[in-house]
Amino acid sequence: MPVITSAQAQDSYDVIIVGSGAGGGQTAYTLTMEGVKVLMLEAGRSFDPLTEVAMFQLPSQAPLRGEKTPDKQYGFHDCSINSGWDIPGEPYANAGKKPEDQFRWWRQRMMGGRTNHWGRITLRNGPYDFKPYTQYGAGFDWPISYDDVAPYYDKVEMLIGVFGSNEGLENSPDSSPGVLMPAPKLRVGELYAQKHAPKADMKVVSIHRAVMSVPQDAEKLPAKLHPGNPKAQSILADSMRSRSPCFWATDCHRGCSIRANYDSQTVHLRPALATGNLDILPNAMAREVTVNKEGKATGITYIDKTTGKEGHVSGRAVVLAASSQESVRLLLNSKSSLFPQGLANSSGKVGKYITDSVSSSFSAHMPAFEGMPLHNEDGAGGPHAYVPWTQHEQNRKGALGFPGGYHLEFTSGRQMPSMTVANGFDNLAGRSGVTYGRQLKEDARRYYGCRLGFGAQGTMLPNEGTFCEIDPDLKDQWGIPALRFHWKWTDHELNQVRHQQKRIGELLTALGGKFTKPPETDPLKAIRSGGSVIHEVGGAIMGDDPSRSVTNQWSQTWDVKNLFMADGAPFASTADKNPTLTIMALAWRMADHLMEELKKGNI
Amino acid sequence: MIPPTPSPLLDRRTAIQWMLTAAATLTVRDHSALAAETPGATASARLPAKGYGPDPSMVKFYLPGDVWPLTFTESQRRTATALCDVIMPADETSPAASTVGVPAFMDEWVSSPYPGQKADRALILEGLDWIEAEAQKRFKTSFADLQAAQHIAICDDISQAQPKPEFKKAASFFKRYRDLTAGGYYTTPEGMKDIGYRGNIPQATFDGPPIEALRHVGLA
Ligand SMILES: Cc1cc2nc3c(=O)[nH]c(=O)nc-3n(C[C@H](O)[C@H](O)[C@H](O)COP(=O)(O)OP(=O)(O)OC[C@H]3O[C@@H](n4cnc5c(N)ncnc54)[C@H](O)[C@@H]3O)c2cc1C
Ligand code: SF4
Repeated sequence: MPVITSAQAQDSYDVIIVGSGAGGGQTAYTLTMEGVKVLMLEAGRSFDPLTEVAMFQLPSQAPLRGEKTPDKQYGFHDCSINSGWDIPGEPYANAGKKPEDQFRWWRQRMMGGRTNHWGRITLRNGPYDFKPYTQYGAGFDWPISYDDVAPYYDKVEMLIGVFGSNEGLENSPDSSPGVLMPAPKLRVGELYAQKHAPKADMKVVSIHRAVMSVPQDAEKLPAKLHPGNPKAQSILADSMRSRSPCFWATDCHRGCSIRANYDSQTVHLRPALATGNLDILPNAMAREVTVNKEGKATGITYIDKTTGKEGHVSGRAVVLAASSQESVRLLLNSKSSLFPQGLANSSGKVGKYITDSVSSSFSAHMPAFEGMPLHNEDGAGGPHAYVPWTQHEQNRKGALGFPGGYHLEFTSGRQMPSMTVANGFDNLAGRSGVTYGRQLKEDARRYYGCRLGFGAQGTMLPNEGTFCEIDPDLKDQWGIPALRFHWKWTDHELNQVRHQQKRIGELLTALGGKFTKPPETDPLKAIRSGGSVIHEVGGAIMGDDPSRSVTNQWSQTWDVKNLFMADGAPFASTADKNPTLTIMALAWRMADHLMEELKKGNI
Repeated sequence: MIPPTPSPLLDRRTAIQWMLTAAATLTVRDHSALAAETPGATASARLPAKGYGPDPSMVKFYLPGDVWPLTFTESQRRTATALCDVIMPADETSPAASTVGVPAFMDEWVSSPYPGQKADRALILEGLDWIEAEAQKRFKTSFADLQAAQHIAICDDISQAQPKPEFKKAASFFKRYRDLTAGGYYTTPEGMKDIGYRGNIPQATFDGPPIEALRHVGLA
């Protein structure tokens, strides 16, 4: 079973999945490896990471030196096609007028979704992150704890290939022994930060990323992941052998033809297709979940983008993994006499409690790096190290004015130059005018590679002012009603950003950094707007009370028992960790439960 | 499309070789294809003035003029070339901006249909015309044909932090032109080498920083 057209779809499947990104990919993998027949609908076109990504191209081989344009909003070679903050024909609205009340919505419309260009940072949520109410007296406790998810974190990490090290940190959990691949050596800027960060009472440790630093163990891992299932083991072993470890060059955001890093197609969909149990229908924009008289989901109505015609596919169960807000939109657009408020919305909570990572950044010039002996600093196309959150004690005393915390991501050193590489050199050299000629070249050699910047990503607990709904007027090019977002920062986020700016300033000072203006003290000026970090989750949150949540602990909707969510929508809050590893772990856990229920005949 | 069956095992060395061959083949293929499409330099002017769209081929190698027609007149191109080289001249270790194609990149930039670049278009086209007129006024010679000291005389006037009122507009042109020239230069292989970027090369292992680099920052 392969990538198909509308005409080739079978009459009925066990499960219909909407969306082929991290959540959809993981669900399809888990189900098909265990023999479930699946159809996946994907709104974007097929995309081949083997032949279509530009790993080695230089900016000078792209139009406009690869700079961002409205057509390619992260730059020409970035692995995002037909995708962006704005997509022609696919509008959304913001209710708030003030800049701080705006939500920005990135959508990726291609096979594999956002996993084609994500940063591959894969940190686990910790025990506190699942119980924020107990821990901080705010937000909602998830109906599951870290221990429920830990085995799935291990499984996903073994499957996708994650490098990193176990550091024994509070609330930033280790992986089980033997799960992680060796962490790559740190770069000189990372080592320098590691040495001096303790002066600011911070620490720098190896980061976890879904990048293979060594070959996967195709002898041992398949049996661990699929015990008692020789077919799955052999398919997975083949898939693992076909992946090459990182060759320490090229930007991971461009995609990886040698399959050293995780994207959904390379790691999830290939083996899933090889089982013969998966059909993928690209160019299919889901419009509505259909239901029968008993209130069970029967399938999906979609627009075939190649013909503009509407189609319908049927399944015993439906899984939404269109990315959190797109799945919410599908629920809200699936209205019927049984479900006049939209599907699975008897609680009225569909669309409520959206969160994103709380973020701000600040950078400085590092005189210590001037004149550095030249060497190749590419490494694994992204960070090798980060600053974890460690101020739990202050937080327990309530000394900080915000729940949770934040980690700092940073880049240092000599990355491939872009159009902005020479910005700020006049200032650094203390020259008032615009330098040109031989002096400019000398300045550039001296100052390039000497910037160090830290970006924070922190906890956001849900609030009542942040939600989405169907806009009364706005529709997309297929006539599907569009979303309208409401966004509100609370004192928690603003206090956190104030703290971020102050602490990054202290850290850079401890490292000997030079900055022309001090860190921002107005949090509304420093905070990145809602959605900007592209970690938006929530909108169909899980809970243990059907009147206050949309799904149970299995991401199964309370109202429609054969309808499941496999993206970030069931998240009850954002941790100080990037969400995608947790999306995949929850999707695997959900899929196991779904199979149980199918077997028992409950669905 | 996802190939329906897994491809044969790729070990790291094969993968690296495969990537390099692919890159080499692409160079040949694209450049010969381009040559066939654009028999004369003017052919590109016939291309429609629109962007590359949301789904361009990312692996292709592009040259200025491939996606939208270029703008500079012959005179503007001569001025632009000379000004690029005043800003980024050849020195002992690296070539001048014009040697690595920065003037053509400038033309591509101002000719682009996108809003970000459109804002630069008027500034730069008017600026090039101004600087040519200024050369004629001061030295009765085309800017492109001036002596180094004469180039500097004009450029010094428009590179001040506080330019004289009559040079204000030319100064904002110069700043922008300088930034674009530097960006255009350091994104070429020669520019990357000169600024000290040593990456984009596949390697079997990542060995971390050399001892000299560690010593430099007091880590060894
Ligand atoms: C620049 C960037 C960097 C990031 N870095 C990190 C990182 O380092 N770590 C991390 O954890 N996360 C990171 N993320 C976030 C990460 O990409 C997402 O959390 C993750 O991809 C979400 O997976 P998903 O399956 O929910 O959605 P997606 O990956 O977005 O996939 C959803 C798919 O559904 C399809 N779809 C949407 N609507 C429909 C419809 N109506 N019908 C059919 N199909 C539909 C879309 O076309 C898409 O292919 C990053 C994101 C970006 C953009
Ligand atoms: S750095 Fe490594 S993992 Fe990232 S794209 Fe390049 S080869 Fe792949």
